[in-house]
Amino acid sequence: MAQIFPKSANAVAKASIFAVLFLVAAGGFALWRLANSGYVTRQGIILEQPVPFSHDHHVAQIGIDCRYCHTAVESQASAGIPPTQTCMNCHNQLWTNAALLEPIRASLREGKPIQWNRVNDLPDFVYFNHSIHVAKGVACTTCHGPVDKMPLMYQGAPLTMKWCLDCHRDPVKNLRPRSEVANVFWQPPADLAAQQAIWAKAHNVQSKVSCSTCHR
Amino acid sequence: MTELAPSRTDSSPAGDCHAEWKKGGAEATGLDLAAAREKLATRRGPAYWRSLEELSEAPEFGELLDREFPRFAAEWPDGVSRRNFLQLAAASLGLAGLTACTRQPIEKIVPWLKQPEQVLPGKPLHFATSMTLSGVAIGLLVESHGGRPTKIEGNPDHPASLGGTDAVSQASVLGLYDPDRSQHAARLGRIGSWNDFSNELAAALRAQDALGGSGLRLLTGPTTSPTEARLIGELRSRFPQAQWHRWDPLADAGRRHALAAALGVPLEARFDLASADVILALESDFLTSGPGAVRYAHDFASRRRVAEGSAAMNRLYAAESSPSPTGSVADHRLRLRPSAIPRAVQALAAHLGVAGVSASPPESPALDEATARWIAAVATDLAAHPGRALVVAGETLPAAVHVLVAAIHEKLGASGATVLYTAPLEAEPVDPLASLAELLADLQAGKVDLLLISGVNPVYDAPADLEVARILRESRGHRFHHGLYDDETAEYCHWHLPAAHYLESWGDARAYDGTASLVQPLIEPLYSGKTLSEILAAMLGRGGESAYDLLRETWASGHTALSAALSDDAFRKLLHDGLSAGSATPATVPALVSVTAVAAAASAIAALPAPSENDLELALRPDPSVLDGRFANNGWLQELPKPITKLTWDNAVLLSPRTAERLGVHGEQVVEITTTEGRKASGPVWILPGQADGVATVHLGYGRTRAGKVANEIGFSAYVLQTASSRWGSTSITVRKTGDQVKLATTQGHHAIDWMREESEQAAVRAVVRQASLAEYRANPNFAHGEGHAAGGLDTSVSFHPGFEYKGYAWGMAIDLNSCTGCNACVVACQAENNIPVVGKDQVARGREMHWIRIDRYFQGDIDAPAGIASQPIVCMQCEQAPCEVVCPVAATTHSTEGLNDMVYNRCVGTRYCANNCPYKVRRFNFLLYQDWETEQFKLQRNPDVTVRSRGVMEKCTYCVQRINRVRLAADRDQVQVADGEIRTACQQACPTRAIHFGNLNDVSSDVVAMKKNSRNYSLLEELGTRPRTTYLAMVKNPNPELAA
Amino acid sequence: MSLAPADHLIPKPFGTPSEVPVIAPGHSPASVTDKISSVVFGRMPLWFYAGMAVMFGGVMMLLAALTKLVFVGIGIWGNNNPVGWGFDIINFVWWIGIGHAGTLISAILLLLNQEWRTSINRFAEAMTLFAVACALIFPLFHTGRPWLAIYWLLPYPNTMAIWPNFRSPLIWDVFAVSTYGAVSLLFWFIGLLPDLASFRDRTKKAWQKRTYGALSMGWRGSARHWHNYESAYLLLAGLSTPLVLSVHSVVSFDFAVGQVPGWHATIFPPYFVAGAVFAGFAMVLTLMIPLRKFFGLQDFITMKHMDNMGKVMLVTGLIVGYGYLVEIFTAWYSGNIYEWYMMRNRVFGPYRWIWMSLILCNVLAIQPLWFARARKSIAALWIISMFVNFGMWFERFVIIPTSLHRDFLPGSWGMYYPTRWDFATFFGTIGLFMALMFLFVRVLPSIAMFEMKTLTTDARVKGGSHG
Repeated sequence: MAQIFPKSANAVAKASIFAVLFLVAAGGFALWRLANSGYVTRQGIILEQPVPFSHDHHVAQIGIDCRYCHTAVESQASAGIPPTQTCMNCHNQLWTNAALLEPIRASLREGKPIQWNRVNDLPDFVYFNHSIHVAKGVACTTCHGPVDKMPLMYQGAPLTMKWCLDCHRDPVKNLRPRSEVANVFWQPPADLAAQQAIWAKAHNVQSKVSCSTCHR
Repeated sequence: MTELAPSRTDSSPAGDCHAEWKKGGAEATGLDLAAAREKLATRRGPAYWRSLEELSEAPEFGELLDREFPRFAAEWPDGVSRRNFLQLAAASLGLAGLTACTRQPIEKIVPWLKQPEQVLPGKPLHFATSMTLSGVAIGLLVESHGGRPTKIEGNPDHPASLGGTDAVSQASVLGLYDPDRSQHAARLGRIGSWNDFSNELAAALRAQDALGGSGLRLLTGPTTSPTEARLIGELRSRFPQAQWHRWDPLADAGRRHALAAALGVPLEARFDLASADVILALESDFLTSGPGAVRYAHDFASRRRVAEGSAAMNRLYAAESSPSPTGSVADHRLRLRPSAIPRAVQALAAHLGVAGVSASPPESPALDEATARWIAAVATDLAAHPGRALVVAGETLPAAVHVLVAAIHEKLGASGATVLYTAPLEAEPVDPLASLAELLADLQAGKVDLLLISGVNPVYDAPADLEVARILRESRGHRFHHGLYDDETAEYCHWHLPAAHYLESWGDARAYDGTASLVQPLIEPLYSGKTLSEILAAMLGRGGESAYDLLRETWASGHTALSAALSDDAFRKLLHDGLSAGSATPATVPALVSVTAVAAAASAIAALPAPSENDLELALRPDPSVLDGRFANNGWLQELPKPITKLTWDNAVLLSPRTAERLGVHGEQVVEITTTEGRKASGPVWILPGQADGVATVHLGYGRTRAGKVANEIGFSAYVLQTASSRWGSTSITVRKTGDQVKLATTQGHHAIDWMREESEQAAVRAVVRQASLAEYRANPNFAHGEGHAAGGLDTSVSFHPGFEYKGYAWGMAIDLNSCTGCNACVVACQAENNIPVVGKDQVARGREMHWIRIDRYFQGDIDAPAGIASQPIVCMQCEQAPCEVVCPVAATTHSTEGLNDMVYNRCVGTRYCANNCPYKVRRFNFLLYQDWETEQFKLQRNPDVTVRSRGVMEKCTYCVQRINRVRLAADRDQVQVADGEIRTACQQACPTRAIHFGNLNDVSSDVVAMKKNSRNYSLLEELGTRPRTTYLAMVKNPNPELAA
Repeated sequence: MSLAPADHLIPKPFGTPSEVPVIAPGHSPASVTDKISSVVFGRMPLWFYAGMAVMFGGVMMLLAALTKLVFVGIGIWGNNNPVGWGFDIINFVWWIGIGHAGTLISAILLLLNQEWRTSINRFAEAMTLFAVACALIFPLFHTGRPWLAIYWLLPYPNTMAIWPNFRSPLIWDVFAVSTYGAVSLLFWFIGLLPDLASFRDRTKKAWQKRTYGALSMGWRGSARHWHNYESAYLLLAGLSTPLVLSVHSVVSFDFAVGQVPGWHATIFPPYFVAGAVFAGFAMVLTLMIPLRKFFGLQDFITMKHMDNMGKVMLVTGLIVGYGYLVEIFTAWYSGNIYEWYMMRNRVFGPYRWIWMSLILCNVLAIQPLWFARARKSIAALWIISMFVNFGMWFERFVIIPTSLHRDFLPGSWGMYYPTRWDFATFFGTIGLFMALMFLFVRVLPSIAMFEMKTLTTDARVKGGSHG
């Protein structure tokens, strides 16, 4: 009887078993990487902004405190984006004609607020509260990354639920003295772990992992 | 200001999975009122209908098109949502396997230009204001998010509220955003402007100058506003001949007339429930309707919180034709025809030996034996409590009854004690009916050149025989209409001008006790509405002046007797408080009731027609939810299950089971009512246990034609049955089956009498509502426990597993069934606080209403003549051992470390397993896209602290976890404990009777722990071992031993 | 070849094959193959295509219903509060139940060495697969957000650092049903190999040769092949035997674990399994009888098969009936007011007519099976099997909506009314099931040819009981 298939068919058949196994594994791995990639989490992606504001310049070089602009951070859920007025406090003296700053002046002139693109943007079903994190001694840079080294702002952390939980399950390891939360130049002491235990006790830091801690 | 509130701009609801989860309001919408207004022009109803017609080939669109509430009951998500859904499906399927189903869209963040003080992103502010109903104010605190009023609370300092509210004021915030409110001035239906309006008005007025205003007529609702009174006064001085008419479909001058007749001077009666030991309510629902109801309910309940060794409990008798919340909490409830009530009162007066009333007037037929016995017992009880007894006669009763009641009060020494007589609150009080009749006469006589109608809708809600519509049409003069809606009356006027909602207005008014209350706006008028004061100013040639200036002027110039000139600071304080303390009208000591008046009243009563047993009587009453129909276009109120009947979206002809049997009609059958005057109306029958036999009660406020998309053409108008002579009913009507059937949407009972019987019997068997008489309670304080109850006193805390130890807070709730009147305030408060959608009649009929609070109603005893009616609010019990948590496959509902049964909407995949396994059935599922993603205005109302749920997701009460978190975080920030009473759930806050107690179970000194220690405390279905965090305090009635037999 | 490896493992067949043979006399291995493969290679009568068209119409209806469901929501169905589950879960349980006959017949009867199974096992297994396919539609599409449910119910590492809730019976379902589906598929496919090979060798068309060739995975019937085949087949039989019990036990946990009166009962697992076998055999009969007639397979599916299946139906049916009795007894004996009310509500409540039809179909209708005359009458068997198909569906209705619509708090009671879309979905799955059946009959051997050969007389003559 004539052969329907070449001899190689057997080999192919056997190989296909392993091929399938491999493809499944590889596919899973690829998806896992994708889910954690900056493409999905937006970590490290620089967004176009109406004004190329440099945190590097204002924070690291001039040394303006985070809270000078983000005034609500210690009292409210949202840290707050500075009103145009805040920019003009300085820039009605400095670089008054700089082309870069034209949008700011325009905003004040036309009474239209500047529309920034949100860089650190949590899903709308997540209720994050800045004030409590700051009060417990979680520093700005712990979640926002090395802001002082960002000429253009980008998201410093993946901001995935896993990432949140990593800290919420064991917050102590991310603590600082409350006084230092906004200090981008802070150097951890040698006996950091021991100190953190003390701060944790002092500020009654708890691991909060109930769903309603963040979702309502 | 609001333009610049910090906010994310909206990205299409489902452009990505996450965006399904838009928070309400500013968080979700680029809150730009200007843009919103522009959109409204195009984004309103018509667009919706267009998108429907596209699909109308499919059969079920027939049904859909004539559904009452299409915008909400969107069985078909409209175009946009469908498109988004495609994207979503594509996105999620495409990326299936990823945990984050897709990337976030880039969102904008918009700062202020200049940051105002106190206004911080995400921080709600509260402002004191007042809402008026029939001119009488209730003080409110309104929560504002980024300049958007989102939630109404009671003003704790205001005597009419003391922090409580009613369903209507809770729902009024939705009325503010109602897209059906008229949005521009219109001349003969064509868009006009405020300027054209005021110019034309001014021109018309110039003509009147010569005539001294003899052709000028003003028709408004009753007002207590000093400012409006002042301006009208000024108008009078400019036009001495002008006439000011008043109309109010709710008000009846009967009581005032009576008092005037009996006591010589026009007076107002107000009650002190706190000091009343024995109360008799005659056809009166004083606990939930009428001015001061919220305060009355509060004071009443303060006398019913029995605990071991607590003070004496009050006793309430109620004689009424149709069961009301007041009747349901009464210790003795007598079902009585409206026509029998005057004779009952007469008998009562006779028993009490009121001078001028003969014991058994020959000419009036005697009461039946049971009633007579009841009245006798009540009389004895009232007489036994001199100075601490009270009789509340309903507005709808004839003047003669009120005269007798006044006399009874005097006899009982109640005047000045439980009944306080004061000067009328209303400026220039008149009898609205007479006043309207005069106006109509003048109109017909052609005496009216210029008529301004403001805030009233007589074409719809005046007695039909006045023929307001015809007279307006035929009258020659110039007619201006000013109101929230381009309504039935506006249709007959040349000009319509949108009115400003009270949340957009500056103004003032007086509370039920005369306390001067301030009305301050929370937001700029959305639809360029104007206040009455501004129009009056315009008529005085001061068109430029804002309502604020006018208000300030009143209070600065000492125009009002209430205060001397106020400095700016003092005025600011006034605004902050929302009322001028101590401005309540003083009680006057009235003259003695004139015996002649009493005698006259007695004979008047004797002369009243006395229908026989077989006559069918008609009782016309305001609807419990939409009142006279002025709130008909409010979706929250329409969907609110009415107390006792549990009907939604409709009015009906309420009949007692026996009467229905006698007439051979069943529930939902349409009958045609014909009054003796030959007026006809047809509506579906609803069989209601507890209804007096031989009485058909019909609620007003339905069958509107120009109210808006929500209310148009639902229910039927009962005003067509009204005549000036018989506004509140008719003593003999005939009903005829038309053969039609109408589906009524109810949340309980399912329109079958035997179903209701089954329900109530089982409720009794299962001891769902536990109850005892005061005597039994004193004898056995533990009656709510142990043998005889399903639980059989078993200890459900016993378990093989060591229970979780709650170290920090442990939230819990206790609901006192003895205080609950079933008034629905909590239901609406919850809906407003938690962004709960309205689903529409069709969906309610399918058993898919979304309210997180369900008020169960059970009839006790014989269903034909129930011994009692119990209301039981059911919310999520936050079970310690929650059956829902075990079965959720994706862990979307879990237990928090503070004992809450968390519900994570964004994790839920919607298997509905949790709802099936919930023994209390408190979980609600979004079977369709119920939430309105389209209407800009409704986005403004939403609470940004609560996720807006989308289709396919389970939701339920969470003890207002957003409120808990806000307070707990603040306390944690300052490293202090949350103080007791600092966190108040929306329902607790709204409750006028303080029936709901919430707090930390780990705080032994907390109010809720005290309640749970009360021996009346029991948990529902405790034998299931779910160990609910929400428990109930059993009901204790205080029956009169004489009648107990 | 020989089933020898198993011979010493398994009990001797109880009783010798009765006088009625499981294959008509006079058949040779060749004639068997001719007859059976003729169904595939012969020309099909018109009614076949007509029926197929109708059933594919059903599939289209299913697709339409599901599309509307996904785009509009569960609201198009009758489900509501308090009745969160309606047709969706009823149909799921019903289909899964039907799926049971296949494995039971193939695996257990194989292990018990019941020869008569051979002519029906292939068919029953196919039925199992298709039923499971239909069943699987519901757990996914009854969710509010299937586009998430489709992967959130699976445990896998994710950026939310959160796992499914392993305490939930719905998660157990996912594993139970998928395992069952997978094993059944393998079992069925392995069984097909020799026949696929003989098709490969019989067919004339090149593309058919290639297709059957690829499917038969190079089967040449060598001694080694047969040897491996035997052991693989036995192993799978052993594997799938416990599944027959496990799957429906797990499905029954969906209810037994809940605390709804009428669900919360320890009797559920055995009672569901018996019900499943009952339903399965009924469905096999329902389909086998016409098939046998239209394709003239009376020689292979003889009265003996009918007789035996009738007996199995009777036995399982009686077990189910006993289940009903026990439910009533425990409801009363427990002294639990909710349980007792639930039972009264079933019998006298608004849905009493469904309970009555249930008793009629599942208890009364099967009683004739006590008598050989009924078991030997094709018509009677078929009618009874139809009764049982309906009856088992009613049973699920009684268990799910009737228990839910009146549970603990009277204030939350409600009614459940299915909509046209509920029916469209249900009938749609029936269409899918039948359509797959038609395809199967047309392209694959619906009776295991090589096993039938072992029953032919000349095979028996050749000493070893197998050919």
